Amino acid sequence: MSSSASGAVASARAPLVPRSRAPSRAADERARRARRLGLRAIALGYLALLLVAPVAMIFYRTFEHGLAPVWHAVSAANAQHAFWLSLEVVAIAVPLNTVFGIGIALLLERGRFRGRALLGMLIDLPFAISPVVVGLALVLVYGKTGWFGNWLAANGIAVIFSVPGMVLATAVVSLPFVARETIPVLHELGTDSEQAAATLGASRWQTFMRITLPGIRWGVVYGVVLTTARALGEFGAVSIVSGRIEGQTQTLPLYVQDRFENFDITGAYAAAVVLALLALATLLAMNLLTRHTRPGEAVT
Amino acid sequence: MRRLSAGAWRARGGSALGRGLLGIYLSALVLLPVSAVLAKSTTGGASAFWREISNPEAVAAIKLTLVVSAIVVVTNAVFGTLIAWVLVRDEFPGKRIVNALIDLPFALPTIVAGVVLLALYGKGSPMGINVAFTRASIALALLFVTLPFVVRSVQPVLHELDVSMEEAAASLGAGPATILRRIVLPSLTPAIISGVALSFARAVGEFGSLVLITGNLPFKTEVGSVYVFGQIESDNLPGAAAVSIVLLLAALAVLAALSVLSRWRSGHVV
Repeated sequence: MSSSASGAVASARAPLVPRSRAPSRAADERARRARRLGLRAIALGYLALLLVAPVAMIFYRTFEHGLAPVWHAVSAANAQHAFWLSLEVVAIAVPLNTVFGIGIALLLERGRFRGRALLGMLIDLPFAISPVVVGLALVLVYGKTGWFGNWLAANGIAVIFSVPGMVLATAVVSLPFVARETIPVLHELGTDSEQAAATLGASRWQTFMRITLPGIRWGVVYGVVLTTARALGEFGAVSIVSGRIEGQTQTLPLYVQDRFENFDITGAYAAAVVLALLALATLLAMNLLTRHTRPGEAVT
Repeated sequence: MRRLSAGAWRARGGSALGRGLLGIYLSALVLLPVSAVLAKSTTGGASAFWREISNPEAVAAIKLTLVVSAIVVVTNAVFGTLIAWVLVRDEFPGKRIVNALIDLPFALPTIVAGVVLLALYGKGSPMGINVAFTRASIALALLFVTLPFVVRSVQPVLHELDVSMEEAAASLGAGPATILRRIVLPSLTPAIISGVALSFARAVGEFGSLVLITGNLPFKTEVGSVYVFGQIESDNLPGAAAVSIVLLLAALAVLAALSVLSRWRSGHVV
């Protein structure tokens, strides 16, 4: 503080006594450097304690006795089932959200109709709702005592406590990503090329496939990566609608909780590490994609 | 001419069939379920709703959620801005990796976040810190899962911020604290507020990262979402729905305040 004040005085007087600036400028530079290093230390220290150390710790704990126990843990029948069930749910929910996400983005960005703002709020709602509330909401509509409960039972359709309900829950919590990532790209793209294609006689489908989709593809892909990560890791909503039946409706995140609560730390850590590796792969994909989608934001 | 207008319409609207399918999808996933929660919470009328949310355990859980979330977002505002600053203005080896790691809490499943934090800060912690089953564990887990919001909303604004303003202020004799208060923070405030609002909405509803680490002790470490979960498990659906609505309103109120604030600041709809 004092060094910069004297620096200011010195620079005010600069035209009269130019030489007096040199030492205070050096002091200024030193103070600035100290501040920068201090801030860097605080920021990196905070991240190390909150993010890096805990994640590194679980990798260490998982592999401290070698690969054999980890392999044994992940090849357990219930772990395998949970893994494949997670993939199954993701394989249905993510394509659904991708197609409808693009549709929502087109409607919100290109559509001019009343209630557009309302639709925008509606698709963002899953970000504001607790996953537990999502689970409850689905039970109240599709559960045994829910709005459609009788009709579903009469037609022999199981939703809650089975895979369709888990897909629904996963789709709800990961709904906004594709739309939210596609809208800005669609906005950027504009409608000139689409209109040109239309004047040249292209059908609606041709215009979409040849002009719009190639233009927004990186936004969509980025959205799909986020959707997949969220879908794969969803816990609260799936926990409620699945009933958590071991070896039947237990996804990988539910399996982690189950193992942990049954004091099978090795099993819990091994499954958690599998999910953490998938998360790290997601980060890598996000970073590779950022170059395509938002060059302005990329940190060099 | 006729073709052009038809094409323009097509490009904008999409087909009626597409709109219909979208309507069904959104109704099945969001509109009907949320309406069902609202309906369930008020089945017994206003008095039943009030009885459910004024139950001492529910009050304690809601209060705890709001207080801890508030503490967490204030911490986020400070550290998130600081981290964004370092990532934009500073240069050091490995910066790209650090920048990429910021999104880790978004990519990591919440239950894994809980397990990971317990491994380092739980029983048998190599650091000798055990926050498991304490209120501090709630704050820790929420800090972890909400970390990216403020960083990611401040970063692009800081990136665009013109350094020459700060240099001009410095040459006129402003110290670093003055520059921060008068030049930098005013430009960053909207972004910080937006990050804080998103953090708050997320913190109020957070569940997965809290189930293992907090121990879910009623009146002590039981937050709102965990209370709702417990009510569903014990088949008190009206009670679960009523507290759900309170949590949802808290999140929506903060998000609505954000949108009003950003409209007011920037003079146009965001």
